[in-house]
Order: sequence, then C-alpha cells, then structure tokens
Amino acid sequence: MTHLDDSPASPEDRWLLRLYVAGQTPKALHAFANLSKLCEEHLQGNYEIEVVDLLLNPTLAKDDQILALPTLVRKLPEPIKKIIGDLSNTERVLVGLDIKPLRQKNQRESDHD
Amino acid sequence: MQNLLKTPTGIKGLDEITDGGLPQGRPTLICGGTGCGKTLLAMEFLVRGATQFNEPGVFMSFEEKSDELTKNFASLGFDLNELIDQNLLTIDHVHLDPSEIEETGEYDLEGLLIRLGFGIDSIDAKRVVLDTIEALFSGFSNEAILRAELRRLFRFLKDKGVTAIITGEQGESTFTRYGLEEYVADCVIFLNHTVYQQIATRRMRIVKYRGSAHGTNEYPFLIDQQGFSVMPISSLGLDHPASNERIPTGVPRLDTMLGGKGYFRGSSILISGTAGTGKSSLAAHFVNAACARGERCLYFAFEESQNQIIRNMHSIGIDLGQWVEQGLLQFQNARATLYGLEMHLVVMHKAIDQFHPSCVVIDPISNLIATASEAEVKSMMSRMIDYLKMKQITALCTDLSSISGSLERAEINISSLMDTWLLLQILEARGERNRGLYVLKSRGMSHSNQVREFILSDDGIQLRDVYIGLSGVLTGSSRDNQEAKDLAEALDCQQQIELRQRDIERKKLAIEAQILALNTQFEAEKDDLIRLINKEKLRNDTLLLDRQAMAKLKQADKPSAPLSTIKNNELGASK
Repeated sequence: MTHLDDSPASPEDRWLLRLYVAGQTPKALHAFANLSKLCEEHLQGNYEIEVVDLLLNPTLAKDDQILALPTLVRKLPEPIKKIIGDLSNTERVLVGLDIKPLRQKNQRESDHD
Repeated sequence: MQNLLKTPTGIKGLDEITDGGLPQGRPTLICGGTGCGKTLLAMEFLVRGATQFNEPGVFMSFEEKSDELTKNFASLGFDLNELIDQNLLTIDHVHLDPSEIEETGEYDLEGLLIRLGFGIDSIDAKRVVLDTIEALFSGFSNEAILRAELRRLFRFLKDKGVTAIITGEQGESTFTRYGLEEYVADCVIFLNHTVYQQIATRRMRIVKYRGSAHGTNEYPFLIDQQGFSVMPISSLGLDHPASNERIPTGVPRLDTMLGGKGYFRGSSILISGTAGTGKSSLAAHFVNAACARGERCLYFAFEESQNQIIRNMHSIGIDLGQWVEQGLLQFQNARATLYGLEMHLVVMHKAIDQFHPSCVVIDPISNLIATASEAEVKSMMSRMIDYLKMKQITALCTDLSSISGSLERAEINISSLMDTWLLLQILEARGERNRGLYVLKSRGMSHSNQVREFILSDDGIQLRDVYIGLSGVLTGSSRDNQEAKDLAEALDCQQQIELRQRDIERKKLAIEAQILALNTQFEAEKDDLIRLINKEKLRNDTLLLDRQAMAKLKQADKPSAPLSTIKNNELGASK
C-alpha cells in the first residue's frame, strides 16, 4: 500500500505520511481514499503514504502515541503533526498538514531567489 | 449464590475497609482533588499486586511520563524498572496534546484499546490502572464520540477480566469532573485532603461498593516511605480483655499508693500537671522499669527530641539510652502540629503495629489536643485507647494543664477514658514551689488518698510524706523547717523534764540531809539527857552512900524506897 514517487526530492519537499488504522474498517478505507485524493491534488506526487495496521503491529500504537483511529501522522517534513478522523474535512486536513503555509514558504523562498 | 470475588490490594488497611479488596474483574473509580494521592494509590495497587500476589499490571498514564513515574516511586521504595524487567509491570504513557491534534471527521479510540489490549496480553496482566483517563476530554473535542468510546473501553476492560482502577479529578458538584462515575458503577473510592487550622489531613471514603459490605466512615490515610496506609480505626467497642496483672510504676512508693502493686496491665494512665511538675520524669521511670523487665516500649514525644529526653533523664539517674541500643525502646518524635490529629493517630497506629510494644507513652497528649476540636479529640482518644486495650498495651499519657485552669481541669474529655489518673501539682508556699502527687482515681484498686511530696533527685523520683500539722500541709523546706522545729520542741521538752528530775533529786538529797541533821541533833539531845540522868543517878548514889555512911555512922535503919527508884533509873540509862 505504499506509493513512492520516482523522482528524488529534496528533504524540504519530501512528504512522508503515515496512516494508522485497525483493519479495513469503513472509516479506514474512507480515510485512505480521502488522503490519496488530497495528496495527488496538493503534493504533486512528491509524497509517500505508509499505512500501518495496528491489528498487525500493536506495539506501534504505544511507540507512536496513537489513541484515536484513523490517525494520520506527518513524519516529514518536521515537525511531526497528527490528524485524526476519516479526513473528510479537506480544509482541516490541509491546515493540519500545514500544506498551505508550506507553499507560501516555498513562494517566499523563490521570491528571495 | 456466589459471593462477589475480590482482588486484594495489598495496601495496608484498604483491604480491611473494603472487606477483602476491590471487585475482581471490574473497574473501580478513585476520585479526589489534586494531590490527594490517587496516582500513588493506583500504582501501589499494581506494585503490590505484582510483588505480593504475582498479578502483573498495566499502568496507563495520561499525565506523567514513564521515567517520571519511575523516579517518583523510587522515592517511595518501589523499583518500577525491576518490575518492568520481570514483565510484572508495563507503563504506557499516553501523550495528549490538543494543539498537535487536528480532528477531521469521524474517528474512534480503537488505538487506545489496541494499546491497552496489547499491554494486557503481553504480560498477561490482571490489573490495570488508567490515570487519569479524564485527560482524554481535554485531548479530544468531540465529547459524544468520547463518551461512547469510554463506555466501550469499560466494557472492554470487563471483557478482559482485569481489575481496573480508574482515577478521576474531583468535580465541583460531582465526584469527577467529567462524570466518570456514570461508567464505573461498581466501586467508588473518594480521597480527600482537607486542611483544618493549617494542618492537612488525608482521608478516604468508600462512596459505594456494589454487592459488598464496606466501612462507610472517612478513614484517615498516610503516605510515607512505605507507601500508602489506611487506618481502619473505628471505635472498637467496649469488649476488650481486662488483665489482672499488675505492672510496677517504676517508683516503689507510687506502687504502694496504688494498692501496693502498680498499674493494671493494659490500662490507660493519665498524668496531668502544670509545666515542670515532673510528668515526663514519671513516664521515664515507667519506661525504665518496663525495659528492665525486658518489655518493649514505644515513646511518642511531641515536645522533645530523643537525645534531649535521654540526656534529661540522665540527670535523674535514668539511662534510657541503653534500652534504645538494646532495641527495647523506640522513640517517635514529631511536632504535634506536623499533621492533624487523625494523622497522628494513623502514625501512632502504624508505629505500634510495627514495633509491637507492651507499653506506650504519649508525652504529652495535650499537644495533640491543641490541634483539633474537643469532639474530635475525644473520638480520636477513645479509638486510640480502645485499640491499645485490645492489644493489652499499657498506655501512659501525660497531660500539660494550663496554670490558670482549675486543679483538676485536665481535659474532662479524656480523663473519663483513663483508668488511672495521677495529678502532679505545684504546692506553692513561703517563696518556693514544691511538687505534690495525688492519685485522683485508679479504677479497680484501693489507692492512697494522700498527697505525697514528689522529689526529683539524682537517683530518680522519691515520694515523701508531706507534713500535715496545725499549720496545714507543708512541703519542701517549710516541711523541713517544721520538722526541725518539732524536733527542737521535743528536745526542749525532754531537757525540761530532765531538769525537773534533777531538781527533785536534789531536793530529795537536801531533805535527806536535813533528816540526818535532825536525827543527829535528836541523838545529841538524847545523849545529853542520858548523861544528865546518869549524873543524877551518880549523885543519888553518892548521896545514898553518903547517907548510908551517915546512917552507919548514926546506925540508922536501911530505907527501901529510894533504892527502887535508882533501879528504874538504871534501866532507862541502859537503853
């Protein structure tokens, strides 16, 4: 269930997202679908989604401080961010993942250049 | 019908008031204000379960981190890391930061359940603690989801068959801020931390315990180096044993005052008196005598340190230090204001349970009284005394009465609980203060009604009779004066008698001399008379001879009468 973009990206641009679920519940499927769609739209393929099934790896729940499911964790870029729910509220997911500010930042950097 | 199964907590006292422990396989809610000991109680439940009952436990902490907990509990003597290494304990810190979490739609707390389930399964845990699960309410904003999930969580715990403790912060009008009691309906324990006159006391109450008898009172509890201890101190009733054994007071003369044998074993003795009357010294004698018999003594000192007491008692010839070294005597020194009355009771209770003394000294009990209201004191003291009597421990309490109060003012509250009451009183007269000792009461034995002078000397306490004479009761130098005066008077009287005796003797001698003189005079006069008679006779004889001669010459007849007269005279002269 891993999608990796072929072109190597700079650490600044590379997105590492991890989605925690517990089995193929409707909420989990919903979340994955919402996430894939959103990443395609806003990250232009420069991302990686890892899905972790806690039923298979229960220790990760403790190690990664997961309580609510589904949980989306932005591992990269730093800092780590957490979003819970089925990701149906796209606006809030974008805020949560800090996607818009990152674009603005990129824009600012390009302005400086 | 099967009784409710219980899981013993192993916490001192808690199993007694819950009649066996917490309901097995069900969650128990422990609620209370900040800093009342919820976390400690919960953790100790796990630690004792692991160490005493071989029941592994999971501690899910929503507040403190794992290493923080380990450090905190290391100071209480619990080595959590060791238990973790032995797979007897798992600590799972749940990190919740609402600012890091963005809610974007439907979710559930399956992750929490998976974590918990994994924790339980990995060490086959029988006990679970969730501390404080209410943190979830600040971590997640959707309360409807949260409440549904909590319900699921508790059902999950029950299905797992673990005995769980859920802690909750006290709310304004509810037991917990978020109404956790709604989910945990089997057993609710409320911890309370009250401050009265700036002295804090921790108390515990079992609010409810479905399907079980339990103590309903507020029980004081203590958190110390050994962890948590609850004191199920209730009034034990008046069915304690009464011993006929007598134990010496340590002062022989006082034994005599108390029917010749001393106190009853297991009785309670109150020594009251104003400052400096020698209450502690009397107590020290008692302790000394008890230790010398090989009995164990526990000395609760609320005014002096151990070293101070030992030093001071040296000055009256009592070496308490040796008993401490031999382990027969233990001091428990604490300021009375250190904690509340209940807490003192708990501390004393605990010390007695650990040391198993046969004699206990509380010096002075009045300091404790100052920390609480009268009713509380009476309740506390009766519980303490009931407890001591139950254990057949002789209790000697000193009581500092205020100088302004009446003689027998000593707390009416407690005096009725006491079996023997000694009063030490200052007798003030002629510029000096002396100590007097009375036996105000002593149940079950004949006792002296007299006041004795109480003297602290280098060799300990001595009791002396006071002088009771025309000028009243005298003690100290007045008594000595009076005694000297009496002695002088007696001496004087003796001398007078001797003087008179000598006078009489002299008079007798004088009279005898007079008699002798008179006799002599009489004899002399008698001699004179005889001499006169003889002379007369001689003259008569001569005269007769002359006459005879004359008659012879004249040749007259022989007269007869004059001759007889002469013969009579001769008889008188010969006498």
